[in-house]
Amino acid sequence: MLESTLQLWEWLPVWLQILVKIGIIVLPLMGAVAYLTFAERKIIGFMQVRMGPNRVGPRGWLQPIADALKLMTKEVIVPTNASRFLFLIAPILTLTPALAAWAVIPFADGLVLADVDAALLYVLALTSMGVYGVIIAGWASNSKYAFLGALRSAAQIIAYEIAMGFALVGVLMAGGSLNLGKIVAAQSGGLAGWFMFPLLPLFVVYFISGVAETNRAPFDVAEGESEIVAGFHVEYSGMAFAVFFLAEYANMILIAALTAVLFVGGWQSPFYGSWLDALSTVPVVGWVFDHGIHWFLGKTALFLFCFLWFRATFPRYRYDQIMRLGWKVFLPITIVWLFVEGIAIAAGWQPWLA
Amino acid sequence: MILDIYLVLFWLFSAVAVFAALRVITVRNPVHAVLFLVLTFFTCAALWMLLEAEFLAIVLVLVYVGAVMVLFLFVVMMLDINVAPVREGFIQYLPLAATVAVIVVVEMALVVGSKTFRPNQMAAPAPAAAGASNTEELGVLLYTKYLYHFEIAAAILLVAIIAAIALTMRKRPQTKYQNPAQQVQVRKQDRLKIIKMEPEK
Repeated sequence: MLESTLQLWEWLPVWLQILVKIGIIVLPLMGAVAYLTFAERKIIGFMQVRMGPNRVGPRGWLQPIADALKLMTKEVIVPTNASRFLFLIAPILTLTPALAAWAVIPFADGLVLADVDAALLYVLALTSMGVYGVIIAGWASNSKYAFLGALRSAAQIIAYEIAMGFALVGVLMAGGSLNLGKIVAAQSGGLAGWFMFPLLPLFVVYFISGVAETNRAPFDVAEGESEIVAGFHVEYSGMAFAVFFLAEYANMILIAALTAVLFVGGWQSPFYGSWLDALSTVPVVGWVFDHGIHWFLGKTALFLFCFLWFRATFPRYRYDQIMRLGWKVFLPITIVWLFVEGIAIAAGWQPWLA
Repeated sequence: MILDIYLVLFWLFSAVAVFAALRVITVRNPVHAVLFLVLTFFTCAALWMLLEAEFLAIVLVLVYVGAVMVLFLFVVMMLDINVAPVREGFIQYLPLAATVAVIVVVEMALVVGSKTFRPNQMAAPAPAAAGASNTEELGVLLYTKYLYHFEIAAAILLVAIIAAIALTMRKRPQTKYQNPAQQVQVRKQDRLKIIKMEPEK
């Protein structure tokens, strides 16, 4: 049975194989996005001592599907004097980079759609494309609130992208490669091998910049309800709005997955090298202690939880404070740490960098 | 034999690039023009990718599309460009502009048409080996053979950055801003006074 399936797979043309692989990545991702919205409402609900959605389906589990159905049946309204083509293409421009970046994410050893050498640069280039959707949406809406939101978002994303880029420079210095698979492989050796510890400042800067980059609370001035209604997507309704929503959550998952890959060892098990590693030979449950995709998914989920936790915990930053944090705090921290790291690599300090 | 996929992609990207570049200078709305410029950069990056220059292609997208053009768009969106005054000097500047355009066209024709630069004068380079890393080769070249050029370019860029900041760093008395360091040093006793008072009846 397995043999014949493999033969059938080999027989398929290459483009069809790639399409199937893309489907295998994107469809669960879309499911994860839908249920991330549900998880967010539930988790923040519990943090605020209320129940969260619990009406649709058992324990509210069908809520995301009901939301999607509702949004699909709503009318997409294009404002008067709006630039129609740009207005409609903007949500797609935000979602596409968030999905395309998954092509180079290694899920497990060798389990990656495109094993390219410049993967880290590719991810950086694509995440920087996402801002166009926001800017174009704000401009094409022909609305002052939307425009203000777009300007805020553009300035914020540029400010934090530089800090993010420098944090990634630190990772590629330590990993010695731009290939994400090789970066994960460079973090082998269990918990102690993770870049999170020698690169702690860069890790913190990267994750916080990631929160800012996705326009999530406490950096959500681009949509700041109390000031500019809903920011760049104030004029959007129905499915066009839903695509923006999907893009925001897809970006969150992407940033969480990248943090997992770059700083906490991706698919590598934290027990490797410790006495617990012996447990990986236990018959039925041993795989839990071994390397595998479950570690990657678990680490990603942990960072996603942090995204939701931040939203429930912190008040929104004031705009000038956001700019100050990005330019005057994060940027110097990353530059100083790059110098420290360069010295460490040149001197070959063992506990840090081989 | 069906058409070579690389050739098809080349023609597709070139057509889009030429179309977008033309639209940059013909479209009326400046924001649309900037967006067409973005499209031009993007298709050029795709063309470089076809030339096996992956690193340069990705850096083009990262730097020009991801950062420079965002700032450009940012500025153009905030400017309220009135088209009529811009067109006023059209006839006045036409002779100069036409001369420059003619010179450029003639020069390019000379380059493309001359015998030394014709495409068939140069053999197509052999495709890179499967394992070759474009990024690595570029890095090795930049940091060994062209180290001085690279460092000098970096120094010039640094000077330009400092100059740009110095030009905009002037005291503006009318702007209001807070000192966050002072703000976070505030203590309870500076701001809050607890007074005891009898409950009123």
